[in-house]
Amino acid sequence: MKASLNSLRDFLRQSILARVGFAAAVLLLFAALFAPWISRYDPASQNLPARLETPSRAHWLGTDELGRDIFSRTLYGARVSLLVAVCVVCGCGFTGLFVGMLAGYAGGWFDRVVNLLLINAFLSFPGILLAIAFAAFLGPGIGKVILALIITGWAGYARLARAQVLKVKELEFILAARSLGASNTRILVRHLLPNILQPILIQATIGLAGAILAESTLSFLGLGVLAPLPSWGAMLNDARGHLFDAPHMVIFPALAVMTAVLAFNLLGDAWRDWLDPRTRSQMAALEYSR
Amino acid sequence: MARHFLQRFLLTLPALWLVLTLVFLMIHIVPGDPVEQMLGEGAAPGELAQLRHSLSLDQPLLTQYGHYLRQLAHGDLGQSFKFQAPVRRIIFERYPATLQLAFLALVVCAAIAIPAGVLAAHRRGRAPDRAVGLFTLFGLAFPNFALGPVLILLFSIELGLLPVSGRGGPANYILPAATLGAALAAILTRMVRAAMLEELSADYIRTARAKGLSTRAVLFRHAFRNALIPIITILGLQFGTLLAGTIVTETIFSWPGIGRLTVQAISARDYPLLQGCILVIAVSYVVVNLLTDLLYSVIDPRVRLA
Repeated sequence: MKASLNSLRDFLRQSILARVGFAAAVLLLFAALFAPWISRYDPASQNLPARLETPSRAHWLGTDELGRDIFSRTLYGARVSLLVAVCVVCGCGFTGLFVGMLAGYAGGWFDRVVNLLLINAFLSFPGILLAIAFAAFLGPGIGKVILALIITGWAGYARLARAQVLKVKELEFILAARSLGASNTRILVRHLLPNILQPILIQATIGLAGAILAESTLSFLGLGVLAPLPSWGAMLNDARGHLFDAPHMVIFPALAVMTAVLAFNLLGDAWRDWLDPRTRSQMAALEYSR
Repeated sequence: MARHFLQRFLLTLPALWLVLTLVFLMIHIVPGDPVEQMLGEGAAPGELAQLRHSLSLDQPLLTQYGHYLRQLAHGDLGQSFKFQAPVRRIIFERYPATLQLAFLALVVCAAIAIPAGVLAAHRRGRAPDRAVGLFTLFGLAFPNFALGPVLILLFSIELGLLPVSGRGGPANYILPAATLGAALAAILTRMVRAAMLEELSADYIRTARAKGLSTRAVLFRHAFRNALIPIITILGLQFGTLLAGTIVTETIFSWPGIGRLTVQAISARDYPLLQGCILVIAVSYVVVNLLTDLLYSVIDPRVRLA
């Protein structure tokens, strides 16, 4: 526990961007977890006499066209965004790891088919286009959004996992495990997996930002979570019709999306830099020069 | 050279096949009966059967697939229900507007990213570099569906300088192109900076400096010219991404292009039109990527000789 805290402290000390990313991610998590206690209104409850109110003491971020409190909806929107992002990243990560590890480990024609026909083909066009298409045909709903984003997002993880396996499987400890009679499953799970996991986890951290962005895009197009569940993308879509009379409806959900994406992008970048020995030595040199 | 082109083309075929197949299969993942979804609950059984037959949905899956591929080979994308016209005609009426917007966005993207990236690399670790770094961070985090309304709020509503939507005069192009190009400008700035940093650390730059050349000449006549190769590649690849990004941008600015048509097809549950739009955007993306790759090998002999 103490070692983990020390590592976290060292990680946060490396740069201001790491600290900003970490703080924003903690804030987001806090907002998502404690939304029912922090918010003063039910995010779905309508109050038509109070519609399109500007920010005030009663409604800190104002109200929308149905009189719903934007602060509460933004907080609950964090729940939806994080839930979708975590599920998508887990789904893509597990699928990508499974396919990529199998292809990389098996090699030969199986690897060529998986790599060329599946991974490369899926990566040959923008994932968001396919996600829009899948979501449009599947229909809106939180589960369908997650499914659409997993179908279109696993290939990046598979490519990374495959590349890592191709590198690690040639190392001597794998040869040693094989000569000691370890089965393929044991080699894959007990020896290869722990040694390729780190880059996948970094990719997953950055992937959280991508998934939040993709969910918001789908919700903006009316293909995401269903009303009255609050989603930042859907809130921005609602706001488009009130740019003239209620500009506050645009600003807060836009800031929420930006903060969330920025948080995970910064965290992922900082983590990658932290684990890259070249960057670490540069950081150490900078510290030393001060 | 011809062998390299052929190899590259063959590598594109699986992607094209996957696009065609996924687009074909999409109508089969619609929950319930897609024909009922299109015509609504009150449709007469006769109408349902007729539409099912015209879409070949009453045939076995493999027969449908063969029929679909044959139709595509003849350039037939089916019939739109919303517009009561051939899908191909509707799409190609809207396509030029999307291409114009994507091209302008690319110009905006390059106009921001190239000077910013060169400046950041030249002033590495100093205030301009940090400012450019901050711009790219926010550019990457601010999605176009949030940036578009914010730009409208600022430039159309508050300042009254630019029109809110539509495709009338040249002023109409500015906000959609800026919205579409901003995120890509952030990505490209990072690439330009990285490419310039690599070139600036090369021996020939030291020689150029030792000869007494001015900073401008070293930066633009030597380093930038060599950094251009990866930059052109990224620009080409981004053009494809821009085509996909038009779905959101065109919706925000009511731009009469293929992106907005896609959203209209989604709301009208016009599945043949939706399939056509997705197919055309995805194929354009694959083709633009292929052309960029080929251009890359034309301008850099190391690629085709590798």
